[in-house]
Amino acid sequence: MRGAQRVMRVRWVRVRCVLCALCAAVAGAVAGCGGDSGSADGIVRSSWGDPPNPLEPANTNDVQGGKVLDMIFRGLKRYDPSTGEAKDALADRITTDDQRTYTVTIKKGHRFGNGEKVTAKSFTDAWNYGALLDNKQRNAYFFEYIEGYDKVHPVTGRPTARTLSGLRVTGERTFTVRLTQKFSSWPRTLGYNAYAPLPRAFFEDHAAWLKKPVGNGPYQVRSYDKGSVMKLRAWDGYRGPDKARNKGVDLRVYTDSNTAYTDLQAGNLDLVDDVPAQQLKFVRSDLGNRYINQPAGIIQTLTFPMYDRAWSGPARAKLRRGISMAINRAQITDRIFRSTRTPATDWTSPVLRRQGGYQPGLCGDACSYDPARARKLIAAGGGLPGGRMTITYNADTGSHKDWVDAVCNSVNTVLRSDRACVGKPVGTFADYRNKMAGKRMTGPFRAGWQMDYPLIQNFLQPLYYTDASSNDGHWSDTGFDRLVNQANAAPADGASITAFQDAEKILARQMPAIPLWYQNGSAGYAPRLREVTLNQFSVPVYSQIRVG
Amino acid sequence: MGRYVLRRLLQMIPVFLGATFLIFFMVYALGDPVAALFGDKAPDPATAARIRKDLYLDEPLWSQYVHYMGQVFGGHFGTAFNGQPVTELMAGAFPVTLRLTIVAIVFEVALGITLGVLSGLRRGRGLDTSVLLLTLVVVSIPTFVSGTVLQYVFGVRWGWARPSVAPEAPFTELLLPGVVLGLVSLAYTTRLTRTSLVENARADYVRTAVAKGLPRRRIVVRHLLRTSLIPVVTFIGTDIGALMGGAIVTERIFNIHGVGYQLYQGILRQNSPTVVGFVTILVIVFLLANLLVDLLYAVLDPRIRYA
Repeated sequence: MRGAQRVMRVRWVRVRCVLCALCAAVAGAVAGCGGDSGSADGIVRSSWGDPPNPLEPANTNDVQGGKVLDMIFRGLKRYDPSTGEAKDALADRITTDDQRTYTVTIKKGHRFGNGEKVTAKSFTDAWNYGALLDNKQRNAYFFEYIEGYDKVHPVTGRPTARTLSGLRVTGERTFTVRLTQKFSSWPRTLGYNAYAPLPRAFFEDHAAWLKKPVGNGPYQVRSYDKGSVMKLRAWDGYRGPDKARNKGVDLRVYTDSNTAYTDLQAGNLDLVDDVPAQQLKFVRSDLGNRYINQPAGIIQTLTFPMYDRAWSGPARAKLRRGISMAINRAQITDRIFRSTRTPATDWTSPVLRRQGGYQPGLCGDACSYDPARARKLIAAGGGLPGGRMTITYNADTGSHKDWVDAVCNSVNTVLRSDRACVGKPVGTFADYRNKMAGKRMTGPFRAGWQMDYPLIQNFLQPLYYTDASSNDGHWSDTGFDRLVNQANAAPADGASITAFQDAEKILARQMPAIPLWYQNGSAGYAPRLREVTLNQFSVPVYSQIRVG
Repeated sequence: MGRYVLRRLLQMIPVFLGATFLIFFMVYALGDPVAALFGDKAPDPATAARIRKDLYLDEPLWSQYVHYMGQVFGGHFGTAFNGQPVTELMAGAFPVTLRLTIVAIVFEVALGITLGVLSGLRRGRGLDTSVLLLTLVVVSIPTFVSGTVLQYVFGVRWGWARPSVAPEAPFTELLLPGVVLGLVSLAYTTRLTRTSLVENARADYVRTAVAKGLPRRRIVVRHLLRTSLIPVVTFIGTDIGALMGGAIVTERIFNIHGVGYQLYQGILRQNSPTVVGFVTILVIVFLLANLLVDLLYAVLDPRIRYA
């Protein structure tokens, strides 16, 4: 008995020792490892979200990944951060006689961060890579206008060619592009990240490139710790006009924008480009004029399932217009979004400006709140199918519930019924997309469109052209299609934009999607930063920021 | 003892298989994740089909599971959608969460047991009542409230701690999150210790010890506390697993890129390799912690023996 007890005591002592050692380890660590990452001179510390896809130009379709590409790459064109105009970046000139075959000449003297020259081949190789089905690039469809796309990216089966037949290198710095159709504004789409040039290193050691991307922009990646931080430093070798005005940018991944905002307040972060909804009430008093709230190329709509007979057909246009008129946009953008959205009156975005085809009021009466006429129109359109409607949205991201409930509330008030309209949440975004793709929507559903490039074409063709890639309501109208084709073939800007706006007027008459509001980009920054601006994609223009 | 441990380890195999299958099945039931990879745009069907094929999503569930388990036994846990191997994510996330858990456990053990003993020995007095009240308050405040409030007060108002944790997540920066994480468990530990102590104070062996004339300190620490710790140790053992997997809220508030963060991302993006891989490791941690607890019983209570 005594013996056993001694053994036990020894063990007990041992356990205590382990505990003590553990405590000592914690204490030692407490004393030993202090936090670093103080504010380094000239470096901008900015919030970031983990990009969902690998960081390749043709594989990045989200804002967070786009942010990085915008810093480390320069393509043929670049959108002016303040006007949105597509200006020549690496392109010396892009010429065409027929709006279909383009000759591209690249400026001399540009290099990649690893010393390689940027040549015509850097572009064609990158585009061929992006288009090829085997590479599974999310943005492959951007190359669909180039001849030979159907061979490298067939709808079914294996590719029958490795390269786009429409691309031909004609010199070290020149190449020609032949499109499948006339597309007058094609050169102006080339500011999109998917069209960036790629160095040979990308193809030769792909894994290493992904670990530490090398580009030809004003910044180079110093280190990339996936899922937590990317350190970018200004690059001396950059020859473009928009050299970085700071020494670098540290992008830190935040899971919750509230934490980023708190960090900004505590001085641990210099720039947040997503002010959380809960903080909007206080943001003016917290940050004063260090808060930016300006239009971005994003529009939110309620799209109707035109494959559902209860909602489609010309007779139902009155119903759709009536619902649009039953939504009190001004009140919702003011109360729920606290003016970070603007009521929409057309299907484009204010960032296009008037010259670019934005026309406020194009939607006409159909987009203004008018309860009496809304009631009449809905009745004339046969009333809500079965007396009820649902608005489908995904519940996992973006806090859509608030505004969907508000829209329904507005419709219910107009129709003097509590049960006319209810929100219908879908658990995950993926499931939501699958329902959309499977044509399983039974009523209007939320749709958001973030432009790829600031052109009116990008707000209309991908969304409403027959069988277009993002025509989720599957609306189809021959008149609309004809006008879009006509606009694309028009050689002059003015004629093209007028044709697009005429097409838009068809949308106003038929209302296959109700424009709700234009979304703003928002950002807040620390006192030590100056000249912080957002571009049309609601991404901070990092190269212009000055520190100190 | 050795045989007992071996038997317990062997029992883990069916639990492991069952757990992985259940989780795999549940993530699978969420539906096809590929569409979400394309953001607000409709995926191009050819590319989506190719991605599905590469992820084995075009095969029936059982064959996906067999393929996945084959990979796991080869030491490969699959790939997240951003192209990172899940093992790499684990190597980054688990040490961080482990550090966070250690801070939380040390905090709740040290403070919880001390408070429990103090209030247990002074049952019914002022100290006991105040501790009772305090634990009640702590239990009733959800983590996201205590987390954001403490973060704001300590991080922004007073500037004593960083509101968010650096990617390297050193122990110093994990103190505040660790305390937040351990708060609720602290209350439980305190109350468990107190109750158990009060109960055992009337036991025969304590009376014997008192009758032998042992010093009070020795009676409390060696005789009373040691046996009273059994329920507390049981609780802490299960708590290790719960803290490691359940730190999602705390990790989000303090921007800690640990297990909770990766799980959250994995669930949001419906990436089954990430979710299944992480949960599988958590299941193993849970099982091992339980085994450790069972072995500790024998150390704490001389009456318990394992053959």
